[in-house]
Amino acid sequence: MGMNPKQLPPLSRDESKLVARRRRGRNIAMLIVLIALSGLFYAVAMVKLTKPDLAP
Amino acid sequence: MIEAASAALGEGRGGEPPSLASLSAQGIGVSSAGDWIALLKPRVMTLVVFTGLVGLLVAPGHLHPILAFTAVLCIAVGAGAAGAINMWYDRDIDAVMRRTKNRPIPAGRIRAGEALGFGVTLAVASVLVMGLATNALAAAVLALSIAFYVFVYTMWLKRRTPQNIVIGGAAGAFPPVIGWAAVTGGLDVMPVLMFAIIFFWTPPHFWALSLWAHTDYQRAGVPMLPVVAGATETRRQIVLYTLLLVPLSLLPWMLHQTGAIYGLSALVLGLGFLASVWRVARDRQDAAGVSLTGDAPAKAAFKFSILYLFVLFAALAVDRMIG
Repeated sequence: MGMNPKQLPPLSRDESKLVARRRRGRNIAMLIVLIALSGLFYAVAMVKLTKPDLAP
Repeated sequence: MIEAASAALGEGRGGEPPSLASLSAQGIGVSSAGDWIALLKPRVMTLVVFTGLVGLLVAPGHLHPILAFTAVLCIAVGAGAAGAINMWYDRDIDAVMRRTKNRPIPAGRIRAGEALGFGVTLAVASVLVMGLATNALAAAVLALSIAFYVFVYTMWLKRRTPQNIVIGGAAGAFPPVIGWAAVTGGLDVMPVLMFAIIFFWTPPHFWALSLWAHTDYQRAGVPMLPVVAGATETRRQIVLYTLLLVPLSLLPWMLHQTGAIYGLSALVLGLGFLASVWRVARDRQDAAGVSLTGDAPAKAAFKFSILYLFVLFAALAVDRMIG
């Protein structure tokens, strides 16, 4: 993604911290979304398998 | 457009170090999780989810709570996806409008291509999951609403005609139809009435906002009604659409689709809305129609319009559940 890291100007300490903090936040959010989706798909599958007459 | 709800509340974030945009341009991810959520226009989503939920609640029949939750989630994600694609397409005008210039794309925290990919992925996923969890009709109407918002409103009408939000408003009117279709697998007079109520509510709601935000639209070259036809004509159109909306909102009661709880609520709310827009029409203004009160009545009417739709649909749900 983007240009070669070797060509990037060096980040300041504050910028580095900010980028790392945001990356960590995105990763945690993605983890939560994936776990929630897995649970949702499992629950939908169970409902569809056990009570197929409930859906139109 | 329901989008106006977020507009007045002022989406976007500020106070970023200016170097972040250049870092993002170099491929360094500087976006926060909140930026990706902001792409989904969460405040717009609130009204969409609520009206979709009411469509689901008032429909005859029963849907398993997990499937109902999934349907509402798909409506929310579909609306958010359309919002993200809208932000991708409108990034040039967002950058010059005060209320939108701090959105993630014009502020440089998320690149345009990433936003487009995010929006398209969520749009496809929401339609597929809706189809798998409920039925093909609900998925088809959801796909239609996303396509309508993206292609008809955003890409075709918004920059071309002052009727943009009249026709484009249909996109925001679909959620109760989707909710109904998710439960019944079909359509009836009631979802059409719910669609029509939101459709006719959108112009007075949005034009009340655009009365005081028109300089932003003017700067961006968006032909909103106050920019093209002036404030006086906009005030007249607001009253006319509200005059159409109020009797229309009583139709579910008159057609015996609902009981007195909804009917009386619609009557009282409608009279309140009419009084509110009448004050907009009677606002002190100069010869050019520019408000001398800082558009205070228009701001009040805008706020009341949001309350109006929330309470009207809440009354509809209560009426159908009790009745």
